[in-house]
Amino acid sequence: MQTHQYDVLIVGAGGAGMRAALESSVRTRTAVITKLYPTRSHTGAAQGGMCAALANVEEDNWEWHTFDTVKGGDYLVDQDAAEVMAKEAIDAVLDLEKMGLPFNRTPEGRIDQRRFGGHTRNHGEAAVRRSCYAADRTGHMILQTLYQQCVKNDVDFFNEFYVLDLLVDHDLAGHAVPDGEEVSVAGVVAYELATGEIHVFRAKSVVLATGGAGRIYKTTSNAHTLTGDGMALAYRRGIPLEDMEFFQFHPTGLAGLGILLSEAARGEGAILRNSEGERFMERYAPTIKDLAPRDIVARSMANEVREGRGAGPNKDYVLLDLTHLEPAHIDAKLPDITEFARTYLGIEPYTEPVPVYPTAHYAMGGVPTNIAGEVLRNETDVIRGLYAAGEVACVSVHGSNRLGTNSLLDINVFGKRAGISAAEYAVGAPWVELPEGPAGLVQAELEDIRTRPDGERVGDLRKALQDTMDANAQVFRTKESLEQALADLRGLRKRFASVSVQDKSRAFNTDLLEAVELGFLLDISETVLVGALNRDESRGGHFREDFPHRDDAQYMRHTMVYRRPLTVPVEDAGGDRDGVFSGSTDFDDYRVVLGSKPVTMTRYQPMERKY
Amino acid sequence: MTATLENTSATTSGARSEMGEVPSFQVTLRVQRYLPPDDAAPAEQEVGGDAPGDARWDEFTLTMYGTDRVLDALHKVKWEHDGSLTFRRSCAHGVCGSDAMRINGRNRLACKTLLKDLDLSKPIVVEPIKGLPVLKDLVVDMEPFFASYREIMPFLVTSGQEPTKERLQSSEQRARFDDTTKCILCAACTTSCPVFWTDGQYFGPAAIVNAHRFIFDSRDEGGAQRLEILNDKEGVWRCRTTFNCTDACPRGIEVTKAIQEVKRAMITRAF
Repeated sequence: MQTHQYDVLIVGAGGAGMRAALESSVRTRTAVITKLYPTRSHTGAAQGGMCAALANVEEDNWEWHTFDTVKGGDYLVDQDAAEVMAKEAIDAVLDLEKMGLPFNRTPEGRIDQRRFGGHTRNHGEAAVRRSCYAADRTGHMILQTLYQQCVKNDVDFFNEFYVLDLLVDHDLAGHAVPDGEEVSVAGVVAYELATGEIHVFRAKSVVLATGGAGRIYKTTSNAHTLTGDGMALAYRRGIPLEDMEFFQFHPTGLAGLGILLSEAARGEGAILRNSEGERFMERYAPTIKDLAPRDIVARSMANEVREGRGAGPNKDYVLLDLTHLEPAHIDAKLPDITEFARTYLGIEPYTEPVPVYPTAHYAMGGVPTNIAGEVLRNETDVIRGLYAAGEVACVSVHGSNRLGTNSLLDINVFGKRAGISAAEYAVGAPWVELPEGPAGLVQAELEDIRTRPDGERVGDLRKALQDTMDANAQVFRTKESLEQALADLRGLRKRFASVSVQDKSRAFNTDLLEAVELGFLLDISETVLVGALNRDESRGGHFREDFPHRDDAQYMRHTMVYRRPLTVPVEDAGGDRDGVFSGSTDFDDYRVVLGSKPVTMTRYQPMERKY
Repeated sequence: MTATLENTSATTSGARSEMGEVPSFQVTLRVQRYLPPDDAAPAEQEVGGDAPGDARWDEFTLTMYGTDRVLDALHKVKWEHDGSLTFRRSCAHGVCGSDAMRINGRNRLACKTLLKDLDLSKPIVVEPIKGLPVLKDLVVDMEPFFASYREIMPFLVTSGQEPTKERLQSSEQRARFDDTTKCILCAACTTSCPVFWTDGQYFGPAAIVNAHRFIFDSRDEGGAQRLEILNDKEGVWRCRTTFNCTDACPRGIEVTKAIQEVKRAMITRAF
């Protein structure tokens, strides 16, 4: 076992992690731990753009952007955070340009901008050109540019190190810690993939930037490695997860494969059609049609299929039609996604419409933070030294449905903020003692799985989990479907207790890591299902067929779920004492306790959401 | 080891149910396996990129479907049959650059190579990319590759005060280096290069591509320094224009052309 010491430790090297590292590393001693090489991170798969009210091509301002973000999130957005993001968006884009990001340009040589779903002028009048982009590989360019700057600044990376545990000086998951009591982060435990060696990293500040958890679903645009690691690490240590029931299904995944085709296609004029050739979005969102927010478009598509107007031999997808666009325009603006259609489906988008269906894309929920990136352990108290940014976090700027492009914006704005906060805190903070035998627990668990002679296969359990999540907790949900998924999850948990791997070696044991990741996926699915079962309303990405309307009177609050031992009485577990966000769900070894957090409203009162 | 695996109940891709009748077919994968003797130390590949001395070959016969890729076949082996088969992968649609490997003698991304496009009458031969030390099975040590990348100053170099707003750049200026911005650092090009196989000190195509990306960016002022670095005896002049790199690039970058443009810039630009 090796021990390291850094002032700031950043976990994850996607956009948020590297943006944080660029701020932190110039202020204090910083290291980045990442389970992949940084350029492999899934930020690189983002396509369409990053919105900022630069007003380079038409009138725009950050206040309109704020409004769109709040409305897009079905009013569950914390408006102070949305305002920060929309204001700082402009500098975030200019920062990237100055770092060298090759944006597409206007005829005047300025950064070009294009339309994107849910982004409008003057509070919903019409679509506005707000998305700054680099063809349909904006995320790739952001990831490359941030990595280039990290190379320039000589940032320390620990590549292919997996974080297995978060070290905190109070065990929030083990016993009740009164509100107001000071809780501090102490470091992390990590596993070096190349050797199988355990490393303990002591740090004054830890920034979680591990990304999303799309692999809880079968059909997803997310990388195989997006397994909710950071969220699960926090959750296991008793830190609540916020709004996990809100998962975004991106409308245009390649049918059957889930590979993402950017909303930029519709931004550039592509149209969704059903089997009758009808532009069905005109019925669901008469004003902005195909550029309605993703939750609405995804539900509309699923509804077309359910009502028998799906295309294809099994009538189980709809069509994304680009055939009326000039091939030269497609090549200039959408080269990558049209190549995906050719490579993976053998479809020529110049002349044939592309089969598409919603694909699990983005977790709106995550580790709760305030606008400085500090992690909350209940409604109000922060954990000293612990920060989170990007998809792993819930600020909440996305509320119950994220607008397209706001994720690339989120990682840049809040990655930067978290990096600054973490460094500034670390400079003045004392060292926190590491707990006794900090790696003992996870090391024992890992050895247990690695050396178990025979047992359940990781692949079988993961497939069963993804199948039930796809079938029961996708675009349409009911109490019955969610209860089915929860019952399946309980069964899978029992089987997971005897999971074993065939690879018994120490070097590059990816078999073992997939077992660890499966454990994270089970934790994340649990929080999604408990949150979804409790929310008897439909809002944004969470649609309950048995409760098809938004219910502001009861549910205009953020869900918080806490994992607590069975020995802690529910009333002392940190959740709500009464109301619709109280109660708990018991599992074999622990209990999941519900709570809530108020939504911050500044300028905008909730209205009916029409487009 | 030869294992015949016929499992039609589960596949790694759900595409066939969505796309109607998709034919299934038998595929035999012949995969190079290697476990380091002390289970940790990297194995130096011999000159010429041969496999480590104690590598072995495993064959797996699988039932696969119409839109399945080589990565799906590898996953099927790992998830259903032999969990110890080791390879890197992440995004699974050709943008993260994790799964470059040698498939039937050509460098490709496993997630972008459709099985139906290969000759299935013979086993599909899968090996690690050549010229980098093999760590385990299909996993190689990427550090030498990234070290070359870092050496060519892969970042925008500017001088003077930063502008208040963005730097201006015309669409034509932006188009000048567009091709080389597509690089995902998968190493398919560099590890297809015969010069790199015999001379591990050579910067290799990927590093030169990333130098090109900045040398031809109108906003950049570090071109002269990069050209000086690449004028080194292990620099661009080692390129013998065999075009392996261009053929290997999963992003369709005209790699050899970019290298030629860098060579030309060395001659025409005074530095």
